[in-house]
Amino acid sequence: MKSIFREVLRRRLGQISLFTRLALYLTALFAGFLATQPVNQQNLDATFHPPTRVTWHDGGLAVRAYRLVDRSGPHYEVIPGEFHRVRLFAPGFDYKLLGLVPMKRHLLQAESPEARLYLLGSDSTGRCVFSRLVYGSRVSLTIGLIGITITLFLGLLVGGLSGYFGGRIDFFAMRGVEFLMAIPSLYLLLALRSVLAPRFSSDQMFIVIVIILSLIGWAGAARVLRGMSLSLRRRQFVLAAESMGQSPLRILRLHILPNLASYLLVAATLSIPGYILGEAALSFLGLGIAEPASSWGLMLSQAQNIKIFMLNFWWLLTPGAAIFVTVIAFNLLGDVLRDVVDPRMKTQ
Amino acid sequence: MTAPATPAAAPLLEVKNLKVHYPLRGGFLKRVVDHVRAVDDVSFTVARGRTTGLVGESGSGKTTIGRALIKLAPISGGSIRYDGSELVGLSNRAFLPFRKRVQMIFQDPFNSLNPRMTIDGIIREPLDLHFPAMSRADKRDRVAALLKRVGLEPEHMHRYPHEFSGGQRQRIGIARALAVEPEFIICDEAVSALDVSVQAQIVNLLQDLQAELGLTYLFIAHDLAVVEHISDHVLVMHQGKLVESAPAEEIYREPKDAYTRRLLDAVPKLAV
Repeated sequence: MKSIFREVLRRRLGQISLFTRLALYLTALFAGFLATQPVNQQNLDATFHPPTRVTWHDGGLAVRAYRLVDRSGPHYEVIPGEFHRVRLFAPGFDYKLLGLVPMKRHLLQAESPEARLYLLGSDSTGRCVFSRLVYGSRVSLTIGLIGITITLFLGLLVGGLSGYFGGRIDFFAMRGVEFLMAIPSLYLLLALRSVLAPRFSSDQMFIVIVIILSLIGWAGAARVLRGMSLSLRRRQFVLAAESMGQSPLRILRLHILPNLASYLLVAATLSIPGYILGEAALSFLGLGIAEPASSWGLMLSQAQNIKIFMLNFWWLLTPGAAIFVTVIAFNLLGDVLRDVVDPRMKTQ
Repeated sequence: MTAPATPAAAPLLEVKNLKVHYPLRGGFLKRVVDHVRAVDDVSFTVARGRTTGLVGESGSGKTTIGRALIKLAPISGGSIRYDGSELVGLSNRAFLPFRKRVQMIFQDPFNSLNPRMTIDGIIREPLDLHFPAMSRADKRDRVAALLKRVGLEPEHMHRYPHEFSGGQRQRIGIARALAVEPEFIICDEAVSALDVSVQAQIVNLLQDLQAELGLTYLFIAHDLAVVEHISDHVLVMHQGKLVESAPAEEIYREPKDAYTRRLLDAVPKLAV
């Protein structure tokens, strides 16, 4: 495992994707610190505010001041010569670091309450897009990890055991898997979501979606893992372990599982984007995370207003860019990992 | 071949009418329509402290016999008596003591060692299983001693199998088989996958170990030349049946079966 990590770091693409992922997860962890405004703080006087420019003015960081010129647009104009001071590591609204430590400090805060600090503009109710993006990353980034854990655990259990024992167990397990694969997942999700909606809050809904996604998704993994454990079963080192009297469970743990590890690593990395996109798609359709919580898919669904395209409020599409970067980072890392663990490229 | 110090009269292994049949299913409801007779009514004995060769072409059932002896292949009928006790029909638990006494060396040195385990882990696995009371330090010493005995460096124990050549890996396989102090070793095509020069080294190592530890071998191979070199007694198999059983010299001097003669003709000879 350690050598795999080193190999990944030796490759340019591996470095880029690994550091991107690191940055993304740090963002999710320290969302409260990075956010400039509370997630749900509305300001109806500043709807669809363009991103404020941060400049150097008078020996410190400052933002330009804006004036609303046309309320119907809405259209804003920079007031020439007027600046508001912003400070790094300044106190602001309350939040909890890592969900535990109460804190007030933020990376960037405006000094005066009149200043509008919208790093990526504001949305239709004047909420800060940047802050919502940062908080929304929590949903998008954890959904993949939780989902893949459930998927691989079930896949490994069912696939590994049916491949190892074969016969009747294999037959029934694989018919079960085929049954699951035959269920059209989107319609099942639509149905379940509408049935469960009154029982769960938005936050719980998030967990429920992940569980549903992975309860359907493990079937494919189980089939691949079953095939791999079936072929490992016939390898001579497994026969050797059997001939010395090793129990099936220990053979699975000592001989089969470690030889599946590299596949599991690659499969996990490559299927996390599927979960991220799945959540985004569901939220986009209005089936996933609901207001007032924030997620990238939800933010995108709110950006599908025609006004946004007509008036060129491009900053509302930044969640799309965030999803793009995340998915590419995971896919690149998966590709690099696959190259690293590919047995044909190594002497083993 | 050096004779053991106390030649016992009773054979170590006595196989009678051994059958390994695999059902062929077909038609509606997957009924059994016929059987593949991998091993069909085979009887032979293996003398204590000696090497018995088992030759035959691929698919002749010789590997299946080796596997049936240690419960890796399903036995359809017959009896296997090992040192006086019957092995056929034993439960896994009752069979465990015999797994310590009978060990197997596998054919493919690239496949018979788990690529994810260190050499130490590979050789220690049977020790953990059959000597649970042994301390960690004792196990470590034993692994080092075994590596030394098969001609490898004890410092190699923290390496992985892919860092070794085919011959070295087969030595590791031998060390693993020797770890639990067995008395009977089944060598399933143990040298077939190796270069000729390496083959000779491994065969010599096996012979030295036999002289030193009084081991009994069942030497399974398709290559008569190697079997001729190592065996005291030779069994010839063809299509699941035993066609000839005779002392090694006799088989080469006057083969009785037509198939044995064909096998002998296939051995390359130096024209003098």
